[in-house]
Amino acid sequence: MPATLFLPAILAKLADGKQLTADGATVGELVAGVAARYPALAPRLRDDQGNPYPFVTFYLNDEDIRFKGGFAAAVQDGDELTVVPAIAGG
Amino acid sequence: MAHTPLTTPATPPDVPHAARHAARRTSDSPDLSQDEILRYSRHLIIPDVGLAGQKKIKAARVLLIGAGGLGSPLALYLAAAGVGHIGLVDFDVVDITNLQRQVLHGTKDVGRPKLDSARDRIADVNPYVKLTTYETVLTSENALEIIRDYDIVIDGTDNFPTRYLVNDACVILGKPNVYGSIFRFEGQASVFATEHGPCYRCLFPEPPPPGLVPSCAEGGVLGVLPGLIGTIQATEALKLIVGIGEPLIGRLLLVDALHGRFRTVTLRKNPECPACGTREIKKLIDYQEFCGVPQATADAKKDRELPEITPRELAERQKAGDDLDLIDVREPHEWEIARIPGARLVPLATLPEELPRLDGTRDIVVHCRSGVRSAKAVRQLQAAGFKRVWNLVGGILRWSDEVDPTVSKY
Repeated sequence: MPATLFLPAILAKLADGKQLTADGATVGELVAGVAARYPALAPRLRDDQGNPYPFVTFYLNDEDIRFKGGFAAAVQDGDELTVVPAIAGG
Repeated sequence: MAHTPLTTPATPPDVPHAARHAARRTSDSPDLSQDEILRYSRHLIIPDVGLAGQKKIKAARVLLIGAGGLGSPLALYLAAAGVGHIGLVDFDVVDITNLQRQVLHGTKDVGRPKLDSARDRIADVNPYVKLTTYETVLTSENALEIIRDYDIVIDGTDNFPTRYLVNDACVILGKPNVYGSIFRFEGQASVFATEHGPCYRCLFPEPPPPGLVPSCAEGGVLGVLPGLIGTIQATEALKLIVGIGEPLIGRLLLVDALHGRFRTVTLRKNPECPACGTREIKKLIDYQEFCGVPQATADAKKDRELPEITPRELAERQKAGDDLDLIDVREPHEWEIARIPGARLVPLATLPEELPRLDGTRDIVVHCRSGVRSAKAVRQLQAAGFKRVWNLVGGILRWSDEVDPTVSKY
């Protein structure tokens, strides 16, 4: 299902920009597809085993995917997936 | 500020609880003098604040952790707003590179403790504010004792260990933690650790490994950005104190200053969160360890075991006409700021492509800004079989100090 992935600036430089269109029946599939397209971005989105990190939160239409089955969360056409990494600057 | 459509918070905002905390001294009902009434008149004529709200602000005790980028607008606006008692924790001295964003300090303050310049500035902004300063690193040993005396804590720190420390201390003591964090053009803000709301660990259960996420010192930050996020934190604190509006409890505000986008996402309280869910964290832990800092320090020590050359040694070799390949692994925009004569630019990310073109029979010296990225490059080169490789210790910064002060430091 085509969905839109929103990246923060810190990760956008590893892809073609802040906003990517990607396919996948689940968040995990979608992220795997993006990771294959952008190898430099891959290790910033998920670990070697393809699992989410505890310091990178994915929001599927404003809902934390941890409460929707994690990477197994189903993606619908037109969904928005926002990547929110931990930052510490102050 | 633009309004974003608000999603219904997954966790009902427990404003009364937060406000109760913030206003626990309103029973003292501090009166306002005529001078104060005039000073705060633009608050008093807002019906939502009024005299009662201003008295709550005067009675409030707010602790700011950090007097830097976020702490600057926080301290200035909360002092101006009439917060009766502000606590400020910082151990740093004012550096010239702070002034691009840390508006609490001025050029004349360079070299002074930040708490000293903060004290002068706050006294000028509002002499009615009582300021308590803590010139210390916030640690697991002192955090509970310091935080205990306050109604609201505002996290304006710049590192992960302190953020987890502040979070856990606030959860343990039941103090609202007004969170803000920034990087380059983007920021995050929320209100954590209210009675029913989520905490920082619900958002990020564990920190990234050290070195993965650059700090503002490493990656830069737009000077205005801490102003944006810090004033949002100050706004949240005032809302909690007065007990008005819809605080960012159960919501995370994401600010993208470059694209002019403000957006909120829902933050849920994680029932399995060891801090605010299961409450298995009953006392403060070793946050350096939790954030992998000792391991990173050990790795840095390993970096020092790499073959090194000092700037003076390099300068002597250059002067003697030695044939060596001086590789600068910084980014092109850094190359524009300053460079070492004789160096050529090969940004770290492009080093693998450059490997086949390198001459293994020549001596290779690698440098960056401070010596960290070039250490990574030296390890990559060693792994690729290059034997005659040295790291320029201290990078271009030390080159400027010891060899050529006309090379700009940044």
